[in-house]
This record gives sequence, structure tokens and C-alpha cells, in this order.
Amino acid sequence: MGSITLKQVTKSFGDVNVIKPIDLEIRDGEFIVFVGPSGCGKSTLLRMIAGLEDTTSGCIDIDGQDATHTPPAKRGLAMVFQSYALYPHMSVRNNIAFPLKRAKVSEDEIEKKIANAAKILNLGDYLDRKPGQLSGGQRQRVAIGRAIVRQPSAFLFDEPLSNLDASLRVNMRLEISELHKSLATTMIYVTHDQVEAMTMADRIAVFNAGIIEQVGTPLELYNKPVNKFVAGFIGSPKMNFIDVDYDPTACLGVRPEHLEISRDKGMWAGKVGVIEHLGSETFLHVQVENCGTFTVKAGGDCDVNYGESIYLSVAPEKILHFDAAGITLSKDQTSGLTAVG
Amino acid sequence: MAINNSNKSKLIYTFLAWTIGGLIFFPILWTLITSFKTEAEAISSSPSLFMFDWTLENYADVLSRSPYFTHFWNSIVISLGSSILGLLIAIPAAWSMAFVQTKRTKNLLMWMLSTKMLPPVGVLIPIYLVFRDFGLLDTKLGLVIVMTLINLPIMVWMLYTYFREIPNEILEASRMDGATIGEEIFHVLLPIALPGIASTLLLNVILAWNEAFWTLILTAANAAPLTAFIASYSSPEGLFYAKLSAASAMAIVPILILGWFSQKQLVRGLSFGAVK
Repeated sequence: MGSITLKQVTKSFGDVNVIKPIDLEIRDGEFIVFVGPSGCGKSTLLRMIAGLEDTTSGCIDIDGQDATHTPPAKRGLAMVFQSYALYPHMSVRNNIAFPLKRAKVSEDEIEKKIANAAKILNLGDYLDRKPGQLSGGQRQRVAIGRAIVRQPSAFLFDEPLSNLDASLRVNMRLEISELHKSLATTMIYVTHDQVEAMTMADRIAVFNAGIIEQVGTPLELYNKPVNKFVAGFIGSPKMNFIDVDYDPTACLGVRPEHLEISRDKGMWAGKVGVIEHLGSETFLHVQVENCGTFTVKAGGDCDVNYGESIYLSVAPEKILHFDAAGITLSKDQTSGLTAVG
Repeated sequence: MAINNSNKSKLIYTFLAWTIGGLIFFPILWTLITSFKTEAEAISSSPSLFMFDWTLENYADVLSRSPYFTHFWNSIVISLGSSILGLLIAIPAAWSMAFVQTKRTKNLLMWMLSTKMLPPVGVLIPIYLVFRDFGLLDTKLGLVIVMTLINLPIMVWMLYTYFREIPNEILEASRMDGATIGEEIFHVLLPIALPGIASTLLLNVILAWNEAFWTLILTAANAAPLTAFIASYSSPEGLFYAKLSAASAMAIVPILILGWFSQKQLVRGLSFGAVK
């Protein structure tokens, strides 16, 4: 079991409300990712679920039991920290055994569990080393090993891959996803990297300034963002926003990958600025008069040059409409409008 | 040219360091040398540094006149006892100040330090009266309590500085792993902070060993440590420099040896946080 329910949960530090009333239901076995910019409250909420931060008001239920004031050790959750937080004076074996010893598990059972964790995480050769003798990736695996031996009802990950280099991050991302598939345990994963969120999550909760803007599957968030913030945050490169004045639409949103380039005609005329070649794809930064700079995602074989005049267009159904408050307008609300700058 | 210049400045710095070191060490050297002189040579108007008749008679006199080993034992009990008792109080105090901070923690730390700015003589009468009423005068227990109280602010500060260097996440991880506060301190915090705890202990042993104000006032015969033993050689009958030096040498040599062997640890302890 590992369902977690947040009911009107808030957190204040003095007069500052870092978490405004939040309701969220995390289902058993689900991989949910908390994503948002720095300082949006996602890590604080995770720490509140862990019991490392007090809850100012509201209620946190774990497996149907009120755990709002339960100490961290009694919540049955395991946490993997950004800095790994291994015990530097203990060997890998003792690091992994630490939670089991606290739970008074028998020596035989501890040995069995360590062997099992070492097999899953490829740590067999390092069991007698100290954390200082391991690479970043190995340390993170030890931290995960320490978490899985406890067989928690849920795993909490606090930006666990931020300290790793790019290639290792991709590998660990896959390993954590595979771990989730094999353990089928609830995982709550905090990150500011929307690529991690999109690739790993069953569901994503997008945080902004202490509230959850939207919760949904990665594709729901990508295709049907509820507001301008979510639309801008999910997707890479970022969505282009064009301010317009067709009541009720105040702003249009076009994803870089939906823009088409033409040398003859199109909705917007612009001049090509910086071109970023990534091999398989090309990012163009196109200066469009009265609309600012558009980011365009084109194929790897795109042959436009710096300074060239081109036209951009987009299929109307791909355009998102936002009202003055930044809320996404439905198709019915915007029918009849044409998107021309 | 550049190499020459850097060599020259290295030479100057080395010379300066040795001069300052020599100046600081000179009184101890003088005491050690005087302890091997006769009383007449010790007060001679043209004292000689090394060219005199070396004698051990001062040491023999001192050992026969006073119970050196009783004082030595008292010093050990008082300095070690107060340092260990102090650690037992300072570790949880520093833990809470470093890891469970409130907005008043900084003020509390400053207030603790401010007690060190008060001249000890300011609290002489009340402490003396309390000791008299509780029967603690001239007892080792009394001195252990006083030394603990005197050095506690320094111990808490030193440990606090050490603990602040330990990432909070490691302790949080132990809490998530099911450790109680006691287990968190014993299994995680103390082993990681061991170098800091060792240097705190060492420094306090030295401070308590050398403390002369309270030991002279609160002891007579039973609990008198080595500081009182030295002072007993400045008597109304006159000042016997050679014997006084022999007594001083016997009092400082143990702590000097301890300091010598633990200097690396001590320097690290004192400069921790300042130089990372």
C-alpha cells in the first residue's frame, strides 16, 4: 500500500506562506512528479510528506491513516536526497543496513536484503567501500539501496539527479523508472527539470508559487495545459507567446515544434537570428515584427541562414488561446477567431 | 629573480616565526632551566643560561616537601572530569542549536559567550557561599562543577561550529531511516564530528588544567590541583625561584606533552569553520 492524500495542506515560515492550501491524491503504485521553478514549494511539500517539516494546517493521510503529526521514522516512507546524504563514516554495506538495524531486523535477514539490493543496483563490488570512494552515480545508487531495503510504502525523491553529469543523469533516470516498474511502489519525485518529469511520470503536478497549477499525465499537460504557466513550463523549447487583442483572447501560444517555415508565404514574416544545430533537429530564433522573437524547432536538415527572411505558420488547431488572466480558453470560446499577427 | 625574491621572503618569514616562537617559549625555557639551578644561582645578578652546575635537588626537595602525585591526580580528575561532564552537556546543547534552530538561538549563543566576558571575581562571593553551604569547598566534585560551568560556553561554541559543518540532510536521512534522536546523535552525528569532539575535549582539558583562579580559592589541602601546588611555593617565607620553577616544570610538563602530541588536532579544532 502507498496512497497519500493531502487535504488543504499549508506551510508558513513566519508570515510567508510557502504552501497555499493544497489538495492532492497520490494513488498507490503511482509515479508522480512534482515539477516547478526554484522556490515554488515542491521540495517543501515533499519534506512535509516525509515529516521533516511541520504542517502548518491541513491533513496528510498515508494509507488512509492521518500522519500529519507522525514522526518521519514512523511514516513508512523512504527518502533519497539530492546530496545523497550517505553516512560518510560507514561502509556501503552499513549504510544500507542502517535502517534495518534501527528496525531490529535479524542479522541473517539484513545480509539477505543487502545482497538483494546490491544485485538490483549493481553495488556488489562496492559493499565494503566508504561513500567517499564512490562516484556520484554509485553514491546515488547506495542512497536508493538504503531506501529500497526498508520496503517503504512510498519513495520520496528530492531532485536526486541534480548533482550528476548529463549522461549519467539519463542512465539513472532509466534505472529509477525501471525500479518503479519492478517494485510497483508509489514514488514521489521532485525535480525542476521538465524533461525528467515528462519522461518518468505517470502523472505530473506542476507547482508555481506555493500552489499546484495542474495535475495530469505528461501528455495531458502538453496538449491541454490549463493556463499560460503550465503551457510555458511543459515542453522544450518553451512555447512562444504572442500578445493579441481579440476579446476574449489576450494571448496566443504556439509550440516551437508546431511552427512551419516557408520562404514564400505564411502567417508571420520574420528574420532568422541565432541558429542552433543539434544534429537531429535545429532551433531557430526568428525575429518577428511586433511579436518579438519566436523559437522554431525544425528538422536537422533545415537550410535557412542567419539574417534570411522567412515566413512562419501554424495549423490553427495547434494554437492555444489564453484570456487576460492567463487561463486557457476552450475551442468553443475561441471559435471564429483567426490567428494572424 | 622571482625565485630569489620568494626565497628571501621565505627566509624573513621563517626568521620572524622562530623569533616570535622563541619569545613565547622563553618563559617556559627559563622556568625549565632555573629548575635545575641552585637557589643561589637562580637569583644571581648575572644569570647564566646553560653554564652552571646542573642539579636535581630542587625536584627532590619539592617531591619530599609536597604530595606531588596527589596534586597531579587531583588535576587529572578535575580537568578530565570537567571536560567529560562538559561534553555530556555541550553535545546535546550544540546539537539543538545547530540542527533545531529557533530565531533566538543566535542570541542564546551570544549570551553564553558573554558570560565569559564577566570577570570571575564578580561572582566570587556567591559561588563561595554556595560551595560553603553545599559542602563543596575543597572537594574535587566542587571543582569539576565549577570548571564545567566555566568552560561550557567554549565547548558549546566549538561543537556548534563543528556541527554546523555537517549537512543537515545526513541527520534527516537517519531520521527517515528510523533513528531516534539518541541513535541519530550516537550513530551518525558523533562519529562524523569525532575530530571536533576530540579537539574540544583536549582544549578543555588544557584550560581546566591551567585554571588557577577558582582552584586557588576553592581548595585547601584535599582537592588542590597542580596550580595550587605551584602557588604553595610562593610562600610568606620568601620566594624560592629554583623550587618554584621545579614545581612549575612538574605541573606543566604533562600538559605540554599532551599538547605536543595533539597539536595537529588542536589547531584543526581551533581554526575549524574559519579556514575550510
